[in-house]
Amino acid sequence: MRKWIIAAALVVLAAGCSSTPEKTDTPVEERPVTPATTTTPGATTSGATTSGVTGTALPTLHKDPTNILAKQRSVYFEYDEFVIKDQYRPMIEAHAKYLQANRGLRITLQGNTDERGTREYNIALGQKRADAVKKTLVLLGVQEAQIETVSFGKEKPRRDGHDETSWAENRRVDIVYIGE
Amino acid sequence: MQRIPISRRLFRWLGAGLAATLLAATPAGAQLTIEIVGGAGTAIPIAVVPFESEPASGMSSIIGADLARSGLFRVVDDAGISPRPYRGEDVRSADFRARGADAVVVGGTRPLADGRVEVRFALVDAVKQVQLAGVSYVVTPAQLRATAHKIADVIYEKLTGDMGVFSTRIAYITKQGTRYELIVADADGANPQSVAASNEPLLSPSWSPDGTRLAYVSFESKKPVVYVQSLATGQRQAIANFRGSNSAPAWSPDGRRLVVTLSKEGGSQLFLINADGSGLTRLVTSPGIDTEANFSPDGQSILFASDRGGTPQIYRFTLLSRAIERLTFDGSYNVSPRAMPDGRGFVFVRREGGRFMIATHDYATRQEQVLTQGPLDESPSVAPNSKLVIYAAQQGGRGILAAVSSDGRVKTRLVSPAADVREPAWGPLPR
Repeated sequence: MRKWIIAAALVVLAAGCSSTPEKTDTPVEERPVTPATTTTPGATTSGATTSGVTGTALPTLHKDPTNILAKQRSVYFEYDEFVIKDQYRPMIEAHAKYLQANRGLRITLQGNTDERGTREYNIALGQKRADAVKKTLVLLGVQEAQIETVSFGKEKPRRDGHDETSWAENRRVDIVYIGE
Repeated sequence: MQRIPISRRLFRWLGAGLAATLLAATPAGAQLTIEIVGGAGTAIPIAVVPFESEPASGMSSIIGADLARSGLFRVVDDAGISPRPYRGEDVRSADFRARGADAVVVGGTRPLADGRVEVRFALVDAVKQVQLAGVSYVVTPAQLRATAHKIADVIYEKLTGDMGVFSTRIAYITKQGTRYELIVADADGANPQSVAASNEPLLSPSWSPDGTRLAYVSFESKKPVVYVQSLATGQRQAIANFRGSNSAPAWSPDGRRLVVTLSKEGGSQLFLINADGSGLTRLVTSPGIDTEANFSPDGQSILFASDRGGTPQIYRFTLLSRAIERLTFDGSYNVSPRAMPDGRGFVFVRREGGRFMIATHDYATRQEQVLTQGPLDESPSVAPNSKLVIYAAQQGGRGILAAVSSDGRVKTRLVSPAADVREPAWGPLPR
């Protein structure tokens, strides 16, 4: 519970550069920005020009390498399993809180499997893992429209080894923020 | 296990083609090895005499390699027989019986005034001393190789009673570094052509029943999307690019529709879609995984893998009655059903003791036979005559293609020195 509060507090703190972080529910890509600003997503446009056009700060906390939202992006699974282990709760809750507070943000959940099993069945298994993470996020209040779940099956392993260490690393769902 | 290194000139199966596409940087003489892991006990000894005026590209060698590759024939050396017979009536059976041959193939080619070539051949039963077949073809020089395969088909059919598949094509995926290519080649590996390439994974090629199009899955847009591509024009269309994952395409026998696995409505579920991407309809509903669908040859039912019963098993969905029936019960992982073209059963992948192996299921007897040993065999694809299954295997940490006869007796595998080869799909008979 303490972690939850800290995470939530961090979200609010980080979004503090905007005066009304909870109202940034317009999709990021539809927000008009001033022509003078950089195209780097997440760059704030406030006060960048003297034309009188004002922008709204885009949420950037998920890009802060010191933040849990940037540091913890992967949920790992047991062989043939799609049950989310308790140890990933705090991290999923942090992302849920952040996505709730920033409804313009969108994520892709990318499911992966180890090399055992057929290619197509593993795509379905990776999908089931991604769907399990999505379900948890939605239960925590994230809008379904913010999340796309896809699967890479065993096609894009992070580790190429044929041992349990590699397999464990490859049985995972990655949280990817759109625009990253 | 027999391990027989065979010269490329004699045995061109898959190997030659793969060498041409994948090993451009290696010397042309690179040795490829076909391992005949197990052969039929009753291989027919046959002599294929070099043809009269045989083109440099070879006729008799292609025919002999085709027959030997099937595992049902053993090519007998005819060296020293003089004069060489080129016509059925010239075959002196005693010469060939002395070398152990039961059958003899002779033939010749003759250039015609219009630039085309006449190819004729005769198949002689050396035991009964009768001619079993004799055919003459008039073809262009570019069709000589195809004609050799055609002749091998005739011989195979005459002597085994089954349809030959030497004139078919195969599709497969190669991976070299981060480069994926979808290749179409003749069944013996010759004439390989890259029809799609990507730096993201390609998988699950599926032939349209008329052999003019391929459906496949590409990750090029950072997620699985199903494409249909014309082989004649190279033009392609994303026919299933919905939210989520789109995968596992398989054609209906009439070539009008495909069954695909989509996650757009949650889970991995089966849908029918027209070959142009229109007319999407949900097929079945389950709370879990339904995927790897495959039409029965009569188009009346669809085989698929599902974990609806707790573990991945193979089910049959009948389109008219909408009845769903579980077909596999042995073991905890039975997936990738592929219907046998003869309608008698299906091949599939079974996990047993941590090994993934190719197996067959017979509808009439409900018997299941494991054909291979694994450890990571997958992607079975059945030849149009239902006699051979091509599949992907791992050897030395790399993907290779292998073939096994559907009775499990004949096994061949190809080791390609440079690239991962996977996802074989056996094309239909040429029309």
